[in-house]
Amino acid sequence: MSTKQKYPYWNPYIVGTGIGILIIISFVTTGRGLGAIGAFSSFVASIMKTIAPERTLMNPVFSEYISGIEHPLKDWVVFEIIGVCIGGLISGLLSKRFKFEVIKGPQISSVNRLILAFAGGILMAFAAKVTRGCTSGLALSGGSVLSLGAWLFMFSVFIGGYSISFLIKKVWN
Amino acid sequence: MELIIAPIRFNYEVSNGLLLVFALLTGIFFGFFLEKAGFGNAGVLIKQFYLTDMRMFKVLFSAIITGMLGTFWLSYFKILDITQIYINGTYLWPQILGGILFGFGFVLCGLCPGTSCVAAFTGKLDGLAVMGGMIAGIIIFGETAPSMDKYLNFSSLGDVSIYEILNMNYGLLTFLIALFALVCFWIVGKVEERFNKKLS
Repeated sequence: MSTKQKYPYWNPYIVGTGIGILIIISFVTTGRGLGAIGAFSSFVASIMKTIAPERTLMNPVFSEYISGIEHPLKDWVVFEIIGVCIGGLISGLLSKRFKFEVIKGPQISSVNRLILAFAGGILMAFAAKVTRGCTSGLALSGGSVLSLGAWLFMFSVFIGGYSISFLIKKVWN
Repeated sequence: MELIIAPIRFNYEVSNGLLLVFALLTGIFFGFFLEKAGFGNAGVLIKQFYLTDMRMFKVLFSAIITGMLGTFWLSYFKILDITQIYINGTYLWPQILGGILFGFGFVLCGLCPGTSCVAAFTGKLDGLAVMGGMIAGIIIFGETAPSMDKYLNFSSLGDVSIYEILNMNYGLLTFLIALFALVCFWIVGKVEERFNKKLS
């Protein structure tokens, strides 16, 4: 991975500034920042609605996403995340980094890596619902407007991450 | 001085369709940037937590600093009405404990919700697994949240900002945070040097 690439990654400070400008543009146009987890919530809520409409409307978590007049997927964050997928794909193709593979540490099997990724995904989404936002919606966007909760969340993520990363070294190294 | 033209959505007539087109475009740039940073690859992002490549911190913090300074100066010059900007509500303990839990998940995944999409769409199957896990996680949350209601809304402080709680000048705080960020960037560079030397 550290070998020289034909299309190297960009300087992180340049990318960061670019994302910061996107946040500003997003505030200026819509009054809201970027996001990610909200799109997953809308997606899940709209599927639950088609499977079990009454039950989903009764649920306080999902009803929030489907009670509007508009279709739940006709939403700012949903379209933004579809864009993220497209943008990532474009850059991946241009940089010749699009490849079907499993990214993992050398000491772990692909199957175990996928199981851990799935489990981590459950944990992360659950946590992001508890905190009312993820790295994009809460840390990046909330951090920019100096929301107290956003900054507390951000530091807590690092504390949580560092407190287990060295305990599960074998997963990644 | 009555300038205020933004957020455009609240001060001009904008159709919902146009907003969604805009959301799509914003997302395309966001995803493009994330991939260019290397964040479509869990192996790159996870190095943050082994201190060998602190890209994640650099991107996250420089984006926040840019967003913070831009928002402040636009509101200072009365172009942007800060009171119309959505400020994420503060739920003290849910966000601290949830943040720690999120950190655990992050290290298991090597990706966050947004970057898992970039990973999946550049062919990384682990990114797809994270996305699948997230859908399951939201369903689990939806089914259990009603019984945890009391805890989820515990220590709610409302839409409070750091300068309000510290009773501090907004501009001064952005200046101090920017300064703090510069010091952090310098430290982070030193840490990387050290941990890379250790490995080689």
